[in-house]
Amino acid sequence: MDLSAISPAALIAALIAASTPILLAAIGELVVEKAGVLNLGVEGMMITGAIFGFAATVETGSPWLGLLAAMAGGAILSLIFAVLTQYFLSNQVATGLALTLFGLGFSALVGQGYTGIKPPAFPHLNIAALNDIPFWGRAFLSHDYLVYLSILLVFVVWYYLKYTRSGLILRAVGENHDAAHAIGYNVTRIRLLAVMFGGACAGLGGAYLSLIQVPQWTQGMTAGAGWIALALVVFASWKPWRVVLGAYIFGGVSILQLNLQAVGVNIPVAYLSMAPYIVTIVVLVIMSGDRTSAPASLGRVFHASN
Amino acid sequence: MKSLKTIAAGLALALGLSGAAHAGDPLKVGFIYVGPVGDLGWTYQHDQGRKAIEKAYGDKVETTYVESVPEGADAERVMTQMALSGAKLIFATSFGYMDAVQNVAKKFPNVKFEHATGYKRAPNVSTYSARFYEGRAVIGHIAGKMTKTNKIGYIASFPIPEVIRGINAAYLAAKKVNPDVQFKIVWVFTWFDPAKEADAANALIEQGVDVIMQHTDSPAAMTIAEKKGIYAFGQASDMKKFGPNARLTSIIDNWAPYYVQEVKAVMDGTWKSHDTWDGIKAGMVKIGEFSDKIPDDVKKSAQAIIDGIESGKLHPFTGPINKQDGTPWLKAGEVADDGTLAGMNFYVEGIEGKIPQ
Repeated sequence: MDLSAISPAALIAALIAASTPILLAAIGELVVEKAGVLNLGVEGMMITGAIFGFAATVETGSPWLGLLAAMAGGAILSLIFAVLTQYFLSNQVATGLALTLFGLGFSALVGQGYTGIKPPAFPHLNIAALNDIPFWGRAFLSHDYLVYLSILLVFVVWYYLKYTRSGLILRAVGENHDAAHAIGYNVTRIRLLAVMFGGACAGLGGAYLSLIQVPQWTQGMTAGAGWIALALVVFASWKPWRVVLGAYIFGGVSILQLNLQAVGVNIPVAYLSMAPYIVTIVVLVIMSGDRTSAPASLGRVFHASN
Repeated sequence: MKSLKTIAAGLALALGLSGAAHAGDPLKVGFIYVGPVGDLGWTYQHDQGRKAIEKAYGDKVETTYVESVPEGADAERVMTQMALSGAKLIFATSFGYMDAVQNVAKKFPNVKFEHATGYKRAPNVSTYSARFYEGRAVIGHIAGKMTKTNKIGYIASFPIPEVIRGINAAYLAAKKVNPDVQFKIVWVFTWFDPAKEADAANALIEQGVDVIMQHTDSPAAMTIAEKKGIYAFGQASDMKKFGPNARLTSIIDNWAPYYVQEVKAVMDGTWKSHDTWDGIKAGMVKIGEFSDKIPDDVKKSAQAIIDGIESGKLHPFTGPINKQDGTPWLKAGEVADDGTLAGMNFYVEGIEGKIPQ
């Protein structure tokens, strides 16, 4: 066993890459839940984004168009959910679960012709002066652009929810939709937009898997990442920066345990494997001791006549 | 997809299609898969076997499958539904379905079950598996010859005899041609999770491995090997498309002949509970085409191993072999018996690390 064989810079770089898909999906779901909607279809939207992004990138040769397609794919799928739950007042839990099943099957159908194809490489931050800085260059300054975009996205969401009027309205809708309705806000429309934003983010997260992390299209390739993202939002007490923390801890411990195994550390592997889940939960539970609770209208059906 | 099929199965039941089969009705054959049929690995190959049945018997058979069924209670539910909707033969294609198969088989004594890679049998439950370790010996040999860093990465799924046997066989063959070789083993505790498999491959490459083997189901590690410019082997399926430069050769699972034969046995009424464990000789395990990257002399020596195993002259587990702790296992010239191989729960001498308990 030789712990020095693990390069901290490489570890951090791998951790950030491994966390990004969950982070993207979770930050989108956070906005959805802040608006008072519980969409359990994250897994389905992610996998749809994964194949839409992959297919568009392969067809056009442009990873950026691929990302747009992934966002569109996730958003369109989430629109089905939004229409069913917001206009037809269907049960959110059941509809979300159905969306996951639908997304998994639909993506398999769309993806039939795309197995075994190599997508064009996704552009990385490639500035010699930055990449060559010892430690920092490898750990933080040579990632693909989507990593930086994901952090920017968290910042925007945080700022939007905390400091903008529109963000305040969105939160009001999530806390008490009847009151928001009474003072004249269009609850249904706001929720519809929030759900679509969540879908687009989940789609991006899926595209990160199929275009950057793995990169290939395999049926069912999200393998539960969407569920992790969902759990993360709750454990992060619906706070954007805690979602980042949670995602990075989860990704970090997952990567760390694989690396520890690779250098042959003598800890029972079963403990290593469960470590990501336990560490993430413990950290976020301790942090959430500050009485933050779920948006009060989360998951409740709204109709203007009530 | 899964839910659609479940609904379809339920409908069939409701319409009374599950009544006693009349002579001339097609034989219904069910398959349950642990991953998606599009994994291009383990499950894909089983599904090729299912298609071979349809091709061989046309409208005399009717096959159904349910994919991505978790090992455990879900598997029991799916198989019960299959049996209720008239399946007379059910293939359960993952080790972890073992207890579910036993439970469902007790409830449906007239339905025949075939469980892949397990060891629990019953009057209406057969087990079958392939001697993948024979293939592992071949790729272990090639890996030992091809590695420059003398470090070979191994992405392992679950600590079951099947996987441990593969690691041992590959290690013994690699060690034989390269005494300095070192195996770095990472357990991912999943059969199918492309992102995790890719992360594991990256972690291994970071530790200097230049050849990767895997015992998981997706081609993710092959993709990473191609990207990083190292070597890998196709697992269960050929996987050439995913790593045109990285892939050295592959171990291909060829279930089709066995499946076709078992369906025939059920049709003829000659089916009996049995245990099948076939390898390279019977064609259940195939070695894919060798890549141009392998030098000619290595191609020759690897082919000699394949030929030796096929003719029965060579057994991958031939003594002297010690267990990891140094206690003797096989004497010089002694060959491992199937019982020990089937329940293998120890590393051979020279492998570092512990098997997870």
